[in-house]
Amino acid sequence: MSKSLSWFNVTALVLGFAFLYIPILLLVIYSFNASRLVTIWGGFSTQWYGALLENEQLLDAAWVTLRVAFLSSLVATVLGTMAALALTRYGRFFGRSLFSGMTYAPLVMPEVITGLSLLLLFVAIGLERGFWTITLAHITFTMCFVAVVVQSRLVTFDRSLEEAALDLGCPPFKTFFIITLPLILPAVVSGFMLAFTLSMDDLVIASFTTGPGATTLPMRIYSQVRMGVTPEINAICTVMIGIVTVVVVFASIMTKRQEAQRKRDEQAAAAH
Amino acid sequence: MATAGEKGIGRLFVIAVPYLWLLVLFLVPFLIVLKISLSQDVIAQPPYAPLLDLSQGWAGFVDFLSQLNFDNYVYVLDWNNEFLDAYGSSLIIAAVSTVLLLLVGYPIAYAMARAPRTLQPTLLMLVILPFWTSFLIRVYAWIGILSQDGLLNQALQALGLIDAPLEILNTDLAVYIGIVYSYLPFMVLPLYAALEKLDGTLLEAAEDLGCPPMRAFWLVTFPLSLPGVAAGCLLCFIPAVGEFVIPDLLGGSDTLMIGKSLWTEFTVNRSWTASSAVAVLLLIVLVVPIVIYQNIQARQLEAGK
Amino acid sequence: MAKTRTQTIGAVRRTFSPWTDATATPLIRFENVVKRFGAFTAVNNVSLDIYEREFFALLGPSGCGKTTLMRMLAGFEDPTEGRITLAGQDLSGVPPYRRPVNMMFQSYALFPHMSVADNIAFGPKQAGMAKADIDARVEEMLTLVKLESFAKRKPHQLSGGQRQRVALARSLATRPKVLLLDEPLGALDKKLREETQFELMDLQMELGMTFLIVTHDQEEAMTVADRIAVMNHGVLVQVDPPAAIYEQPATKYVADFIGDVNIVECVVDGCFGGDLRLSTPITPHPLQIAQGDAGGVKTGDKVWLAIRPEKLRISLEAPDAAAGNCFAGEIFDIGYLGDLSVYHVELPCGTRIKVSQPNLSRMVERPISWEDKVYVTFTPHAGVVLSR
Repeated sequence: MSKSLSWFNVTALVLGFAFLYIPILLLVIYSFNASRLVTIWGGFSTQWYGALLENEQLLDAAWVTLRVAFLSSLVATVLGTMAALALTRYGRFFGRSLFSGMTYAPLVMPEVITGLSLLLLFVAIGLERGFWTITLAHITFTMCFVAVVVQSRLVTFDRSLEEAALDLGCPPFKTFFIITLPLILPAVVSGFMLAFTLSMDDLVIASFTTGPGATTLPMRIYSQVRMGVTPEINAICTVMIGIVTVVVVFASIMTKRQEAQRKRDEQAAAAH
Repeated sequence: MATAGEKGIGRLFVIAVPYLWLLVLFLVPFLIVLKISLSQDVIAQPPYAPLLDLSQGWAGFVDFLSQLNFDNYVYVLDWNNEFLDAYGSSLIIAAVSTVLLLLVGYPIAYAMARAPRTLQPTLLMLVILPFWTSFLIRVYAWIGILSQDGLLNQALQALGLIDAPLEILNTDLAVYIGIVYSYLPFMVLPLYAALEKLDGTLLEAAEDLGCPPMRAFWLVTFPLSLPGVAAGCLLCFIPAVGEFVIPDLLGGSDTLMIGKSLWTEFTVNRSWTASSAVAVLLLIVLVVPIVIYQNIQARQLEAGK
Repeated sequence: MAKTRTQTIGAVRRTFSPWTDATATPLIRFENVVKRFGAFTAVNNVSLDIYEREFFALLGPSGCGKTTLMRMLAGFEDPTEGRITLAGQDLSGVPPYRRPVNMMFQSYALFPHMSVADNIAFGPKQAGMAKADIDARVEEMLTLVKLESFAKRKPHQLSGGQRQRVALARSLATRPKVLLLDEPLGALDKKLREETQFELMDLQMELGMTFLIVTHDQEEAMTVADRIAVMNHGVLVQVDPPAAIYEQPATKYVADFIGDVNIVECVVDGCFGGDLRLSTPITPHPLQIAQGDAGGVKTGDKVWLAIRPEKLRISLEAPDAAAGNCFAGEIFDIGYLGDLSVYHVELPCGTRIKVSQPNLSRMVERPISWEDKVYVTFTPHAGVVLSR
């Protein structure tokens, strides 16, 4: 299906991407607005970025968010990969359908329910709320996203590679680390990145499970937005968008290059 | 693979760790929510009657049962308390948004799937990229566009299309725009996945057998993309029903959505028992679509595609 | 040098038949092995002995249980019942990574993130060999499969035939007692496949190893194997050398699965020592068949006569009575294959018989053509009588 694009398809793509990108673009443009009013252009300025650096509360929140995101996505990647292995590799076991249900449900579960239920758990067991409860909550809901990403790689994984390693005398545990893991690593890494972004992004679950002293960046932004829209928020948003764009674009260019190299090699091999 | 070596401790460990984690941090919390929704409010910390006290043995269990009451459900299901309206309006807003998402997302996914192969990865990345940026930021961006003196009204007035600014922000319309905008990647991706798999020769066969392109679309392409349509719709509908941030930031004070009601009940009215009842009822409303979604997800992932 | 080697191999091949020697101990024994997956029985009560230095083929259609049987030997599946021994050692409970058996996978299963040399070194490394020994072994294996200059390449930089040889080298690098080959040549094109079959045979002789090959390609099995086990629905139907499988099939199924065959339903009219007289509705004349021994059939039994197309003679002139058995019919279809032609002859009753004839000369004065009246003749030794 790779004909040239018809006018209908071009229109759909142009309108679709305009809809997706214009709001973000405007947000970025207005972060450089000299005027205090967000919607009226008062000339180019970077003053709001300077103001960011002096806003201790915001920087604190950013630091908390990064720590939570890093720690939770790390644990979620390990747990999610294990869940994916359990679901694809080990056939039937007791309570498997309950397990797969619990793995897929958080993907669509309304955040208010997840947040409330986790809060009530933390209260019931008397866990002091703050950094650690947010981290636990984030591990729980992001590990399911990791599981789905890794699982979709594992189902297309050629099992005979693992069998070949076993056959050549390599025990199962070692086989996982020297054969399976290196080959599913791209999926594990994108699972980690997904978990990291979801954790960075989360407002509702963090609001429920937080305690005094642990305010995340989305919570800080949210409370400022409720008080009124300011260019300063545009500035912090632009910084976050910039970081994400650079990382994602860089990652996809790297994979694209690798694929192109691989394709060239394969063509060269076929020509033998 | 059922070899002797694999049935050992490694297998048990890999299954048990995530399993126990999800049991303790996903399933047990729901049971607690269920229990608290059946408890009475007390002025204490925590503000509800105690959970099951196992130290009392059988008597404690009988006591536990006798303490269950449905007052919170009576409260939530009372027409005067707006929760029923909120459930209804959430379902309607989510359903309408899902239809809008399908109408917007299908042409995009279709155009992507028919684009030149070399262009497709780039297009795919362009759809996914906004998803990586913060949800909150994307909703926030619309405040500046939709507000009374916002960019949209400025543009429309400058073009002379309207005289007085339109009131869009703080209405249901803004909520629809916000949901369609934020959830669009969730709709486009499953649709693209289904359309991209479609064998181009099927359409050629249909045309070869005398079917004009438009009819070929309805007779071949669309039916074969239905799994993608189902996945995309559920992936958008279910979280949209419980959405909190979008109605809170873009909707008006009269925009009723159950996620917002739950949040208000919890943070403003501080009734943990009533918010638990709201959550349980929300889950009951969503249980059918969630189960359907899980089945689709499990089938897709476990069948190996 | 090459000549003497070939002569030695020839000498071994001429006399190699341990399965006829009652005193020989088999290397691999399957004893009443059963494998069930849920309600499905993949392998049903298989007992089989395979001897050292044998090139053994498991042949059957897909889903017949041949791959499962091999995977049980490799250790990827556990038998539901029965046991498997290797050189006298019971393999039950021995995981695949502790079995002195290596497998060459159908997909080759080359580790894509490792170079050719690292792939070959994988087994020796797991066995804990010294670095210098591993290097020497890799070198030796690369020479064996003639890929010396490809050591640094990654699998995706190789052609299909080269990958196949790397896979072979990798599975041989640990010097296993038995090499298992799962459809090893399935991915190669016809010409390369035929070449590689002979290479495999020579390699097996040279290394003096036991090879067990799983294939659905009967020509491949006939070419490479000392003995073939034909499987169907999880059961061993016949285990014999290729010539016996072809010329003395044990059942209709084997006769039909291996090569082309005409199967004619008959009734035994009489037994005269090893000779049988059969009557069949497709021809008015009784058929004379030399069976060697009567094969347990007696007068009145319903049997099937299996005759290969190349064992039939076709002619335009009526043969004399001494020519043996004869059908008269008409040419219905002709397939010209170059080296030979295949004729479908329709008998008056409507039954069609397949006959193949070599095209011995370039010019024929009067070639057999469509709708010609022809006579199909065959000797008493041409067909074999089957009772099941």
